[in-house]
Amino acid sequence: MLALSDYLVLSALLFSIGMAGIFLNRKNAIVLLMSVELILLAVNFNFIAFSSFLGDIHGQVFVFFILTVAAAESAIGLAILVVLFRNRGSINVGDLDTMKG
Amino acid sequence: MTFEMPQFALAAPEIWLGIMVCVVLIADLFDRGGEGRIAFLLTQLTLLVTVWLAFSTHWGGAAQITFNGMYVSDNLAAVLKAASAGLAAITIGYSRDYLRQRELLRGEFYLLVLIATLGMSVMASASSLLVLYMGLELLSLSLYALVAFNRESRVGSEAAMKYFVLGALSSGMLLYGMSMIYGSAGSLLLGDIMAAAAAGENRLLMAFGMTFALVGVAFKFGAAPFHMWIPDVYQGAPTAVTAFLGSAPKVAALALFLRLLAEGLGDLHDQWQIMAIILAVGSLAIGNLFALVQTNIKRMLGYSTVSHIGFLFLGLIAGSNEGYAAALFYAISYGIMAAGAFGMIILLSRRGFEAEMIDDMRGLNDRHSGFALVMLLLMFSMTGIPGTVGFYAKWMVLQSLVEAGLVWLAVLAVIFAVIGAFYYLRVLKAVYFDRDEAPAPLEAPLGPRVVIAANGGLVLLLGLFPDALIELCRAAFGL
Repeated sequence: MLALSDYLVLSALLFSIGMAGIFLNRKNAIVLLMSVELILLAVNFNFIAFSSFLGDIHGQVFVFFILTVAAAESAIGLAILVVLFRNRGSINVGDLDTMKG
Repeated sequence: MTFEMPQFALAAPEIWLGIMVCVVLIADLFDRGGEGRIAFLLTQLTLLVTVWLAFSTHWGGAAQITFNGMYVSDNLAAVLKAASAGLAAITIGYSRDYLRQRELLRGEFYLLVLIATLGMSVMASASSLLVLYMGLELLSLSLYALVAFNRESRVGSEAAMKYFVLGALSSGMLLYGMSMIYGSAGSLLLGDIMAAAAAGENRLLMAFGMTFALVGVAFKFGAAPFHMWIPDVYQGAPTAVTAFLGSAPKVAALALFLRLLAEGLGDLHDQWQIMAIILAVGSLAIGNLFALVQTNIKRMLGYSTVSHIGFLFLGLIAGSNEGYAAALFYAISYGIMAAGAFGMIILLSRRGFEAEMIDDMRGLNDRHSGFALVMLLLMFSMTGIPGTVGFYAKWMVLQSLVEAGLVWLAVLAVIFAVIGAFYYLRVLKAVYFDRDEAPAPLEAPLGPRVVIAANGGLVLLLGLFPDALIELCRAAFGL
Protein backbone atom coordinates (compact mmCIF):
# COMPACT_ATOMS: atom_id res chain seq x y z
CA MET A 1 0.00 0.00 0.00
CA LEU A 2 1.39 3.32 -1.04
CA ALA A 3 1.35 6.09 1.53
CA LEU A 4 -0.07 9.55 0.90
CA SER A 5 3.42 11.00 0.89
CA ASP A 6 4.40 8.84 -2.10
CA TYR A 7 1.67 10.40 -4.17
CA LEU A 8 2.60 13.89 -2.98
CA VAL A 9 6.25 13.35 -3.89
CA LEU A 10 5.30 12.13 -7.35
CA SER A 11 3.07 15.12 -7.91
CA ALA A 12 5.76 17.48 -6.62
CA LEU A 13 8.17 15.92 -9.13
CA LEU A 14 5.70 16.38 -11.97
CA PHE A 15 5.12 19.97 -10.86
CA SER A 16 8.87 20.65 -10.79
CA ILE A 17 9.38 19.13 -14.23
CA GLY A 18 6.62 21.36 -15.58
CA MET A 19 8.13 24.38 -13.90
CA ALA A 20 11.60 23.60 -15.22
CA GLY A 21 10.14 23.09 -18.67
CA ILE A 22 8.79 26.62 -18.66
CA PHE A 23 11.89 28.33 -17.36
CA LEU A 24 14.64 26.31 -19.05
CA ASN A 25 13.00 25.93 -22.45
CA ARG A 26 14.43 28.40 -24.97
CA LYS A 27 13.33 26.70 -28.15
CA ASN A 28 9.79 25.70 -28.89
CA ALA A 29 6.67 27.41 -27.62
CA ILE A 30 4.69 24.17 -27.84
CA VAL A 31 6.86 22.82 -25.02
CA LEU A 32 5.54 25.69 -22.89
CA LEU A 33 1.97 24.50 -23.44
CA MET A 34 3.00 20.94 -22.58
CA SER A 35 4.68 22.16 -19.40
CA VAL A 36 1.55 24.02 -18.36
CA GLU A 37 -0.46 20.85 -18.88
CA LEU A 38 2.04 18.92 -16.78
CA ILE A 39 1.66 21.40 -13.93
CA LEU A 40 -2.11 21.06 -14.03
CA LEU A 41 -1.83 17.26 -14.06
CA ALA A 42 0.43 17.39 -11.02
CA VAL A 43 -2.28 19.41 -9.27
CA ASN A 44 -4.88 16.84 -10.30
CA PHE A 45 -2.72 14.10 -8.85
CA ASN A 46 -2.54 15.99 -5.58
CA PHE A 47 -6.28 16.52 -5.42
CA ILE A 48 -7.09 12.89 -6.13
CA ALA A 49 -4.57 11.64 -3.59
CA PHE A 50 -5.90 13.92 -0.88
CA SER A 51 -9.49 13.16 -1.83
CA SER A 52 -8.90 9.44 -1.64
CA PHE A 53 -7.04 9.55 1.67
CA LEU A 54 -9.47 11.99 3.26
CA GLY A 55 -12.47 10.01 2.04
CA ASP A 56 -13.95 13.22 0.72
CA ILE A 57 -15.36 13.31 -2.81
CA HIS A 58 -15.05 17.05 -3.41
CA GLY A 59 -11.42 16.88 -4.44
CA GLN A 60 -12.24 14.52 -7.28
CA VAL A 61 -15.04 16.78 -8.45
CA PHE A 62 -12.54 19.64 -8.52
CA VAL A 63 -10.33 17.52 -10.79
CA PHE A 64 -13.10 17.31 -13.40
CA PHE A 65 -13.34 21.08 -13.41
CA ILE A 66 -9.57 21.43 -13.74
CA LEU A 67 -9.52 19.00 -16.67
CA THR A 68 -12.23 20.97 -18.45
CA VAL A 69 -10.56 24.31 -17.83
CA ALA A 70 -7.20 22.89 -18.92
CA ALA A 71 -8.76 21.86 -22.23
CA ALA A 72 -10.16 25.36 -22.75
CA GLU A 73 -6.82 26.83 -21.74
CA SER A 74 -4.88 24.77 -24.28
CA ALA A 75 -7.38 25.74 -26.96
CA ILE A 76 -6.72 29.41 -26.32
CA GLY A 77 -2.98 28.80 -26.00
CA LEU A 78 -2.85 27.01 -29.35
CA ALA A 79 -4.95 29.75 -30.95
CA ILE A 80 -2.47 32.36 -29.73
CA LEU A 81 0.35 30.17 -31.01
CA VAL A 82 -1.23 30.08 -34.48
CA VAL A 83 -1.56 33.89 -34.48
CA LEU A 84 2.05 34.18 -33.36
CA PHE A 85 3.25 31.87 -36.11
CA ARG A 86 1.30 33.72 -38.80
CA ASN A 87 2.79 37.05 -37.72
CA ARG A 88 6.38 35.90 -37.33
CA GLY A 89 6.82 32.62 -39.12
CA SER A 90 8.46 31.16 -36.03
CA ILE A 91 7.44 29.83 -32.64
CA ASN A 92 10.91 30.05 -31.19
CA VAL A 93 10.72 31.29 -27.60
CA GLY A 94 14.04 33.12 -28.02
CA ASP A 95 12.46 35.32 -30.71
CA LEU A 96 9.89 36.74 -28.33
CA ASP A 97 12.03 39.75 -27.53
CA THR A 98 10.77 42.72 -29.54
CA MET A 99 9.66 44.55 -26.40
CA LYS A 100 12.39 45.61 -24.00
CA GLY A 101 13.02 48.06 -21.22
CA MET B 1 -26.86 14.15 1.73
CA THR B 2 -29.94 16.27 1.32
CA PHE B 3 -30.53 18.46 -1.67
CA GLU B 4 -31.23 22.03 -0.77
CA MET B 5 -32.63 24.42 -3.32
CA PRO B 6 -30.11 27.24 -3.71
CA GLN B 7 -31.27 30.83 -3.33
CA PHE B 8 -30.92 31.90 -6.92
CA ALA B 9 -31.99 35.46 -6.13
CA LEU B 10 -28.74 36.02 -4.26
CA ALA B 11 -26.79 35.36 -7.45
CA ALA B 12 -28.79 37.91 -9.45
CA PRO B 13 -25.74 39.86 -10.77
CA GLU B 14 -24.11 36.73 -12.17
CA ILE B 15 -27.35 35.39 -13.63
CA TRP B 16 -28.03 38.75 -15.25
CA LEU B 17 -24.53 38.90 -16.70
CA GLY B 18 -24.77 35.33 -17.96
CA ILE B 19 -28.08 36.00 -19.71
CA MET B 20 -26.84 39.25 -21.22
CA VAL B 21 -23.72 37.56 -22.61
CA CYS B 22 -26.05 35.38 -24.68
CA VAL B 23 -28.25 38.36 -25.64
CA VAL B 24 -25.27 40.45 -26.77
CA LEU B 25 -23.94 37.51 -28.77
CA ILE B 26 -27.23 37.06 -30.63
CA ALA B 27 -27.92 40.80 -31.02
CA ASP B 28 -24.50 41.39 -32.53
CA LEU B 29 -25.10 38.57 -34.98
CA PHE B 30 -28.20 40.29 -36.38
CA ASP B 31 -26.74 43.79 -36.29
CA ARG B 32 -25.14 44.02 -39.73
CA GLY B 33 -23.73 47.37 -40.80
CA GLY B 34 -24.64 49.03 -37.53
CA GLU B 35 -20.94 49.15 -36.57
CA GLY B 36 -21.61 47.32 -33.34
CA ARG B 37 -23.72 50.11 -31.88
CA ILE B 38 -26.31 47.72 -30.47
CA ALA B 39 -23.69 45.49 -28.85
CA PHE B 40 -22.01 48.58 -27.40
CA LEU B 41 -25.19 50.02 -25.93
CA LEU B 42 -26.35 46.64 -24.63
CA THR B 43 -22.96 46.05 -22.97
CA GLN B 44 -23.03 49.42 -21.25
CA LEU B 45 -26.59 48.81 -20.11
CA THR B 46 -25.62 45.37 -18.79
CA LEU B 47 -22.67 46.71 -16.82
CA LEU B 48 -24.64 49.58 -15.30
CA VAL B 49 -27.48 47.27 -14.31
CA THR B 50 -24.88 44.94 -12.78
CA VAL B 51 -23.65 47.80 -10.59
CA TRP B 52 -27.21 48.40 -9.44
CA LEU B 53 -27.94 44.70 -8.96
CA ALA B 54 -24.75 44.22 -6.92
CA PHE B 55 -25.97 46.76 -4.39
CA SER B 56 -29.62 45.78 -4.43
CA THR B 57 -28.85 42.08 -3.90
CA HIS B 58 -25.81 42.05 -1.65
CA TRP B 59 -25.73 45.35 0.22
CA GLY B 60 -26.79 45.61 3.86
CA GLY B 61 -27.62 42.92 6.34
CA ALA B 62 -25.55 39.97 7.44
CA ALA B 63 -23.61 37.71 5.09
CA GLN B 64 -25.76 35.03 3.50
CA ILE B 65 -24.30 31.79 2.18
CA THR B 66 -26.05 29.63 -0.38
CA PHE B 67 -25.39 27.08 -3.16
CA ASN B 68 -24.29 24.52 -0.55
CA GLY B 69 -21.91 26.96 1.08
CA MET B 70 -20.13 27.86 -2.13
CA TYR B 71 -21.52 31.34 -2.71
CA VAL B 72 -21.50 34.22 -0.28
CA SER B 73 -23.51 37.41 -0.48
CA ASP B 74 -22.15 40.22 1.69
CA ASN B 75 -21.24 43.89 1.58
CA LEU B 76 -17.73 43.13 0.32
CA ALA B 77 -19.16 41.25 -2.66
CA ALA B 78 -21.40 44.22 -3.44
CA VAL B 79 -18.53 46.73 -3.48
CA LEU B 80 -16.18 44.46 -5.45
CA LYS B 81 -18.80 43.64 -8.08
CA ALA B 82 -19.98 47.21 -8.45
CA ALA B 83 -16.39 48.44 -8.75
CA SER B 84 -15.36 45.90 -11.38
CA ALA B 85 -18.50 46.38 -13.48
CA GLY B 86 -18.26 50.17 -13.16
CA LEU B 87 -14.59 50.22 -14.20
CA ALA B 88 -15.37 47.92 -17.12
CA ALA B 89 -18.12 50.34 -18.20
CA ILE B 90 -15.70 53.30 -18.13
CA THR B 91 -13.06 51.51 -20.20
CA ILE B 92 -15.65 50.25 -22.70
CA GLY B 93 -16.69 53.87 -23.11
CA TYR B 94 -13.27 54.70 -24.55
CA SER B 95 -12.87 51.66 -26.70
CA ARG B 96 -15.48 51.83 -29.44
CA ASP B 97 -13.98 54.49 -31.71
CA TYR B 98 -10.45 53.24 -31.10
CA LEU B 99 -11.43 49.77 -32.27
CA ARG B 100 -13.40 51.09 -35.25
CA GLN B 101 -10.47 53.14 -36.50
CA ARG B 102 -8.26 50.06 -36.41
CA GLU B 103 -10.92 47.82 -37.96
CA LEU B 104 -11.00 45.71 -34.83
CA LEU B 105 -14.60 46.47 -34.00
CA ARG B 106 -16.19 43.08 -33.60
CA GLY B 107 -18.89 42.06 -31.19
CA GLU B 108 -16.53 39.57 -29.57
CA PHE B 109 -14.74 42.42 -27.84
CA TYR B 110 -17.80 43.33 -25.80
CA LEU B 111 -18.59 39.69 -25.26
CA LEU B 112 -15.15 38.94 -23.85
CA VAL B 113 -15.30 41.98 -21.57
CA LEU B 114 -18.70 40.86 -20.30
CA ILE B 115 -17.47 37.31 -19.67
CA ALA B 116 -14.42 38.68 -17.88
CA THR B 117 -16.73 40.80 -15.72
CA LEU B 118 -18.80 37.72 -14.99
CA GLY B 119 -15.64 35.95 -13.88
CA MET B 120 -14.75 38.85 -11.60
CA SER B 121 -18.24 38.79 -10.08
CA VAL B 122 -18.01 35.07 -9.43
CA MET B 123 -14.68 35.57 -7.67
CA ALA B 124 -16.09 38.39 -5.56
CA SER B 125 -18.78 36.07 -4.17
CA ALA B 126 -16.74 32.89 -3.96
CA SER B 127 -16.90 30.95 -0.74
CA SER B 128 -15.19 27.81 -1.99
CA LEU B 129 -11.85 27.12 -3.65
CA LEU B 130 -13.65 25.64 -6.66
CA VAL B 131 -15.79 28.73 -7.27
CA LEU B 132 -12.79 30.98 -6.76
CA TYR B 133 -10.82 29.03 -9.36
CA MET B 134 -13.64 28.93 -11.89
CA GLY B 135 -14.18 32.68 -11.61
CA LEU B 136 -10.47 33.31 -11.99
CA GLU B 137 -10.21 31.16 -15.11
CA LEU B 138 -13.28 32.78 -16.65
CA LEU B 139 -11.51 36.11 -16.19
CA SER B 140 -8.07 34.93 -17.30
CA LEU B 141 -9.16 33.06 -20.43
CA SER B 142 -11.12 36.10 -21.62
CA LEU B 143 -8.15 38.34 -20.97
CA TYR B 144 -5.75 36.11 -22.95
CA ALA B 145 -8.08 36.32 -25.92
CA LEU B 146 -8.50 40.09 -25.50
CA VAL B 147 -4.74 40.73 -25.48
CA ALA B 148 -4.45 38.83 -28.77
CA PHE B 149 -7.40 40.78 -30.17
CA ASN B 150 -5.40 42.47 -32.91
CA ARG B 151 -4.44 39.40 -34.87
CA GLU B 152 -2.28 41.31 -37.34
CA SER B 153 -0.06 42.85 -34.69
CA ARG B 154 3.37 41.35 -34.08
CA VAL B 155 3.78 42.84 -30.63
CA GLY B 156 0.17 41.97 -29.79
CA SER B 157 0.64 38.26 -30.43
CA GLU B 158 3.97 38.26 -28.59
CA ALA B 159 2.35 39.96 -25.60
CA ALA B 160 -0.53 37.48 -25.70
CA MET B 161 1.86 34.53 -25.70
CA LYS B 162 3.81 35.89 -22.74
CA TYR B 163 0.63 36.68 -20.86
CA PHE B 164 -0.81 33.27 -21.59
CA VAL B 165 2.22 31.30 -20.44
CA LEU B 166 2.79 33.30 -17.28
CA GLY B 167 -0.95 33.46 -16.53
CA ALA B 168 -1.31 29.71 -16.92
CA LEU B 169 1.78 29.20 -14.78
CA SER B 170 0.34 31.39 -12.05
CA SER B 171 -2.99 29.55 -12.20
CA GLY B 172 -1.04 26.32 -11.84
CA MET B 173 0.81 27.65 -8.78
CA LEU B 174 -2.41 28.87 -7.24
CA LEU B 175 -4.05 25.50 -7.86
CA TYR B 176 -1.10 23.62 -6.41
CA GLY B 177 -1.45 25.76 -3.31
CA MET B 178 -5.18 25.15 -3.25
CA SER B 179 -4.65 21.40 -3.41
CA MET B 180 -2.37 21.59 -0.36
CA ILE B 181 -4.88 23.75 1.48
CA TYR B 182 -7.61 21.25 0.60
CA GLY B 183 -5.45 18.42 1.85
CA SER B 184 -4.75 20.10 5.16
CA ALA B 185 -8.28 21.38 5.82
CA GLY B 186 -10.17 18.45 4.30
CA SER B 187 -12.68 20.73 2.64
CA LEU B 188 -12.98 23.13 -0.26
CA LEU B 189 -15.25 25.57 1.58
CA LEU B 190 -13.51 28.69 2.81
CA GLY B 191 -15.51 28.58 6.02
CA ASP B 192 -14.17 25.11 6.85
CA ILE B 193 -10.67 26.17 5.86
CA MET B 194 -10.93 29.12 8.22
CA ALA B 195 -12.00 26.78 11.03
CA ALA B 196 -9.18 24.34 10.27
CA ALA B 197 -6.64 27.16 10.22
CA ALA B 198 -7.92 28.43 13.55
CA ALA B 199 -7.72 24.93 15.04
CA GLY B 200 -4.13 24.67 13.85
CA GLU B 201 -4.50 21.33 12.05
CA ASN B 202 -1.68 20.32 9.68
CA ARG B 203 -0.09 23.73 10.08
CA LEU B 204 2.96 22.94 7.96
CA LEU B 205 1.03 21.61 4.97
CA MET B 206 -1.35 24.54 5.12
CA ALA B 207 1.51 27.05 5.27
CA PHE B 208 3.06 25.29 2.28
CA GLY B 209 -0.16 25.61 0.32
CA MET B 210 -0.59 29.20 1.42
CA THR B 211 2.86 30.06 0.04
CA PHE B 212 2.02 28.71 -3.40
CA ALA B 213 -1.37 30.39 -3.33
CA LEU B 214 0.23 33.72 -2.42
CA VAL B 215 2.69 33.39 -5.30
CA GLY B 216 -0.21 32.72 -7.66
CA VAL B 217 -2.09 35.74 -6.37
CA ALA B 218 1.03 37.91 -6.66
CA PHE B 219 1.37 36.83 -10.30
CA LYS B 220 -2.21 37.85 -10.98
CA PHE B 221 -1.64 41.21 -9.28
CA GLY B 222 1.70 41.74 -10.99
CA ALA B 223 3.60 42.31 -7.76
CA ALA B 224 7.40 42.15 -8.02
CA PRO B 225 9.21 39.76 -8.42
CA PHE B 226 6.28 38.32 -10.40
CA HIS B 227 5.73 41.42 -12.51
CA MET B 228 7.64 40.46 -15.69
CA TRP B 229 4.53 40.18 -17.82
CA ILE B 230 3.05 43.57 -16.91
CA PRO B 231 5.14 45.96 -19.04
CA ASP B 232 5.18 43.73 -22.12
CA VAL B 233 1.47 42.98 -21.99
CA TYR B 234 0.56 46.62 -21.37
CA GLN B 235 2.68 47.72 -24.29
CA GLY B 236 1.72 44.98 -26.71
CA ALA B 237 -2.03 44.79 -26.17
CA PRO B 238 -4.35 47.18 -28.06
CA THR B 239 -4.72 50.27 -25.85
CA ALA B 240 -8.45 49.71 -25.42
CA VAL B 241 -7.66 46.28 -23.98
CA THR B 242 -4.84 47.65 -21.82
CA ALA B 243 -7.27 50.14 -20.31
CA PHE B 244 -9.57 47.30 -19.29
CA LEU B 245 -6.71 45.02 -18.22
CA GLY B 246 -5.16 47.74 -16.07
CA SER B 247 -8.25 48.68 -14.10
CA ALA B 248 -10.98 46.15 -13.29
CA PRO B 249 -8.86 42.95 -12.95
CA LYS B 250 -6.85 44.63 -10.17
CA VAL B 251 -10.05 44.80 -8.14
CA ALA B 252 -10.64 41.14 -8.98
CA ALA B 253 -7.12 40.19 -7.88
CA LEU B 254 -7.84 41.97 -4.62
CA ALA B 255 -11.05 39.93 -4.33
CA LEU B 256 -8.96 36.78 -4.76
CA PHE B 257 -6.57 37.86 -2.03
CA LEU B 258 -9.31 38.91 0.37
CA ARG B 259 -11.39 35.77 -0.07
CA LEU B 260 -8.54 33.25 -0.05
CA LEU B 261 -5.82 34.69 2.17
CA ALA B 262 -7.53 37.29 4.33
CA GLU B 263 -10.71 35.33 5.01
CA GLY B 264 -9.86 31.67 4.49
CA LEU B 265 -6.32 31.77 5.83
CA GLY B 266 -6.64 34.79 8.10
CA ASP B 267 -5.16 32.78 10.96
CA LEU B 268 -1.96 32.30 9.01
CA HIS B 269 -1.51 36.06 8.91
CA ASP B 270 1.78 35.83 10.82
CA GLN B 271 3.19 33.66 8.09
CA TRP B 272 1.96 35.52 5.02
CA GLN B 273 2.66 38.93 6.49
CA ILE B 274 6.41 38.71 5.96
CA MET B 275 5.94 37.48 2.39
CA ALA B 276 3.51 40.31 1.69
CA ILE B 277 6.07 42.78 3.05
CA ILE B 278 8.68 41.43 0.64
CA LEU B 279 6.22 41.67 -2.26
CA ALA B 280 5.22 45.20 -1.29
CA VAL B 281 8.72 46.58 -0.86
CA GLY B 282 9.96 44.80 -3.97
CA SER B 283 7.09 46.16 -6.05
CA LEU B 284 7.60 49.70 -4.78
CA ALA B 285 11.30 49.59 -5.55
CA ILE B 286 11.22 47.84 -8.92
CA GLY B 287 8.08 49.60 -10.17
CA ASN B 288 9.28 53.09 -9.35
CA LEU B 289 12.91 52.67 -10.42
CA PHE B 290 12.16 51.00 -13.76
CA ALA B 291 9.42 53.48 -14.58
CA LEU B 292 11.99 56.28 -14.39
CA VAL B 293 13.80 55.16 -17.54
CA GLN B 294 10.81 54.39 -19.78
CA THR B 295 10.08 56.41 -22.90
CA ASN B 296 6.97 54.47 -23.90
CA ILE B 297 4.07 55.75 -21.83
CA LYS B 298 2.14 52.47 -21.86
CA ARG B 299 5.23 50.71 -20.53
CA MET B 300 5.78 53.45 -17.98
CA LEU B 301 2.21 53.06 -16.78
CA GLY B 302 2.86 49.33 -16.58
CA TYR B 303 5.76 49.83 -14.18
CA SER B 304 3.72 52.45 -12.35
CA THR B 305 1.06 49.75 -11.90
CA VAL B 306 3.66 47.56 -10.23
CA SER B 307 4.50 50.34 -7.79
CA HIS B 308 0.81 50.97 -7.07
CA ILE B 309 0.33 47.25 -6.43
CA GLY B 310 3.16 47.57 -3.91
CA PHE B 311 1.24 50.31 -2.15
CA LEU B 312 -1.93 48.22 -2.24
CA PHE B 313 -0.06 45.32 -0.62
CA LEU B 314 1.05 47.66 2.15
CA GLY B 315 -2.62 48.00 3.06
CA LEU B 316 -3.01 44.23 3.20
CA ILE B 317 0.06 43.72 5.38
CA ALA B 318 -1.53 45.03 8.54
CA GLY B 319 -4.08 42.23 8.38
CA SER B 320 -6.69 44.48 10.01
CA ASN B 321 -10.08 45.38 8.62
CA GLU B 322 -8.91 49.00 8.42
CA GLY B 323 -6.00 47.87 6.26
CA TYR B 324 -8.24 45.80 3.98
CA ALA B 325 -10.62 48.75 3.61
CA ALA B 326 -7.64 50.94 2.69
CA ALA B 327 -6.50 48.39 0.10
CA LEU B 328 -10.01 48.20 -1.35
CA PHE B 329 -10.19 51.99 -1.59
CA TYR B 330 -6.75 51.97 -3.21
CA ALA B 331 -7.74 49.36 -5.78
CA ILE B 332 -10.90 51.23 -6.76
CA SER B 333 -9.24 54.63 -6.98
CA TYR B 334 -6.27 53.20 -8.87
CA GLY B 335 -8.70 51.55 -11.28
CA ILE B 336 -10.30 54.93 -11.96
CA MET B 337 -6.90 56.59 -12.51
CA ALA B 338 -5.58 53.81 -14.76
CA ALA B 339 -8.75 53.81 -16.85
CA GLY B 340 -8.35 57.58 -17.30
CA ALA B 341 -4.65 57.42 -18.17
CA PHE B 342 -5.10 54.75 -20.82
CA GLY B 343 -8.26 56.50 -22.00
CA MET B 344 -6.14 59.57 -22.61
CA ILE B 345 -3.73 57.55 -24.76
CA ILE B 346 -6.72 56.23 -26.71
CA LEU B 347 -8.03 59.76 -27.26
CA LEU B 348 -4.71 61.11 -28.47
CA SER B 349 -4.24 58.24 -30.91
CA ARG B 350 -5.80 58.33 -34.32
CA ARG B 351 -5.98 56.15 -37.39
CA GLY B 352 -2.52 54.81 -38.13
CA PHE B 353 -0.92 56.51 -35.16
CA GLU B 354 -0.54 55.37 -31.56
CA ALA B 355 0.27 58.07 -29.02
CA GLU B 356 2.46 55.60 -27.16
CA MET B 357 5.53 57.66 -26.42
CA ILE B 358 5.86 60.28 -23.73
CA ASP B 359 7.06 62.62 -26.49
CA ASP B 360 3.65 62.29 -28.14
CA MET B 361 2.23 64.21 -25.19
CA ARG B 362 4.31 67.27 -26.05
CA GLY B 363 2.40 70.51 -26.36
CA LEU B 364 -0.90 68.92 -25.41
CA ASN B 365 -1.83 72.08 -23.54
CA ASP B 366 -1.60 74.11 -26.76
CA ARG B 367 -3.68 71.61 -28.65
CA HIS B 368 -6.45 71.26 -26.10
CA SER B 369 -6.28 72.72 -22.62
CA GLY B 370 -9.14 70.52 -21.36
CA PHE B 371 -7.26 67.32 -22.18
CA ALA B 372 -4.15 68.75 -20.56
CA LEU B 373 -6.14 69.53 -17.41
CA VAL B 374 -7.47 65.96 -17.20
CA MET B 375 -3.93 64.64 -17.68
CA LEU B 376 -2.78 66.96 -14.90
CA LEU B 377 -5.45 65.59 -12.56
CA LEU B 378 -4.63 61.98 -13.41
CA MET B 379 -0.89 62.39 -12.94
CA PHE B 380 -1.35 64.37 -9.71
CA SER B 381 -3.66 61.62 -8.48
CA MET B 382 -1.15 58.89 -9.30
CA THR B 383 1.54 60.88 -7.50
CA GLY B 384 -0.75 61.31 -4.51
CA ILE B 385 -1.13 65.09 -4.38
CA PRO B 386 -3.94 66.38 -2.12
CA GLY B 387 -7.15 67.34 -3.87
CA THR B 388 -7.17 64.16 -5.92
CA VAL B 389 -8.38 60.69 -5.01
CA GLY B 390 -4.85 59.24 -5.08
CA PHE B 391 -3.94 61.26 -2.01
CA TYR B 392 -6.62 59.68 0.17
CA ALA B 393 -5.80 56.23 -1.17
CA LYS B 394 -2.17 56.59 -0.08
CA TRP B 395 -3.13 58.32 3.15
CA MET B 396 -5.47 55.50 4.23
CA VAL B 397 -2.84 52.86 3.52
CA LEU B 398 -0.19 54.77 5.46
CA GLN B 399 -2.60 55.27 8.36
CA SER B 400 -3.30 51.53 8.57
CA LEU B 401 0.45 50.86 8.56
CA VAL B 402 1.14 53.31 11.36
CA GLU B 403 -1.72 51.86 13.41
CA ALA B 404 -0.18 48.41 12.95
CA GLY B 405 3.11 49.76 14.28
CA LEU B 406 4.99 49.41 10.98
CA VAL B 407 6.24 52.98 10.83
CA TRP B 408 9.43 52.07 8.93
CA LEU B 409 7.34 50.67 6.08
CA ALA B 410 5.27 53.84 5.96
CA VAL B 411 8.44 55.94 5.73
CA LEU B 412 9.82 53.71 2.98
CA ALA B 413 6.54 53.97 1.07
CA VAL B 414 6.62 57.76 1.21
CA ILE B 415 10.23 57.81 -0.05
CA PHE B 416 9.27 55.67 -3.04
CA ALA B 417 6.20 57.81 -3.67
CA VAL B 418 8.48 60.83 -3.91
CA ILE B 419 10.73 59.00 -6.39
CA GLY B 420 7.59 58.09 -8.35
CA ALA B 421 6.61 61.75 -8.55
CA PHE B 422 9.51 62.30 -10.95
CA TYR B 423 8.15 60.28 -13.84
CA TYR B 424 4.58 61.46 -13.43
CA LEU B 425 5.73 65.06 -13.43
CA ARG B 426 7.91 64.36 -16.49
CA VAL B 427 4.72 63.58 -18.41
CA LEU B 428 3.24 66.87 -17.19
CA LYS B 429 6.39 68.70 -18.29
CA ALA B 430 5.85 67.32 -21.78
CA VAL B 431 2.19 68.32 -21.66
CA TYR B 432 2.67 71.88 -20.45
CA PHE B 433 6.21 73.07 -21.20
CA ASP B 434 7.37 71.25 -24.33
CA ARG B 435 6.47 72.40 -27.82
CA ASP B 436 5.25 70.17 -30.58
CA GLU B 437 6.64 71.37 -33.93
CA ALA B 438 3.87 69.89 -36.04
CA PRO B 439 0.82 69.59 -33.81
CA ALA B 440 -1.73 67.16 -35.17
CA PRO B 441 -5.42 67.94 -34.72
CA LEU B 442 -7.30 65.96 -32.08
CA GLU B 443 -9.77 63.73 -33.80
CA ALA B 444 -11.38 62.14 -30.79
CA PRO B 445 -15.17 61.95 -31.16
CA LEU B 446 -17.65 63.27 -28.65
CA GLY B 447 -18.44 60.03 -26.78
CA PRO B 448 -14.96 59.29 -25.43
CA ARG B 449 -14.45 63.02 -24.73
CA VAL B 450 -17.45 62.98 -22.41
CA VAL B 451 -16.14 59.84 -20.71
CA ILE B 452 -12.67 61.28 -20.15
CA ALA B 453 -14.15 64.50 -18.77
CA ALA B 454 -16.30 62.45 -16.40
CA ASN B 455 -13.30 60.30 -15.48
CA GLY B 456 -11.15 63.33 -14.69
CA GLY B 457 -14.06 64.87 -12.83
CA LEU B 458 -14.42 61.70 -10.78
CA VAL B 459 -10.75 61.82 -9.77
CA LEU B 460 -11.20 65.42 -8.62
CA LEU B 461 -14.61 64.89 -7.01
CA LEU B 462 -13.51 61.83 -5.03
CA GLY B 463 -10.38 63.76 -4.07
CA LEU B 464 -12.41 66.62 -2.65
CA PHE B 465 -15.25 64.55 -1.15
CA PRO B 466 -13.85 61.08 -0.50
CA ASP B 467 -16.10 60.33 2.48
CA ALA B 468 -18.79 58.42 0.60
CA LEU B 469 -16.35 56.00 -1.05
CA ILE B 470 -14.32 55.62 2.15
CA GLU B 471 -17.48 54.80 4.10
CA LEU B 472 -18.47 52.31 1.41
CA CYS B 473 -15.11 50.55 1.62
CA ARG B 474 -15.20 50.51 5.41
CA ALA B 475 -18.75 49.19 5.48
CA ALA B 476 -17.62 46.34 3.22
CA PHE B 477 -15.58 45.09 6.17
CA GLY B 478 -18.19 45.88 8.79
CA LEU B 479 -16.46 49.00 10.10
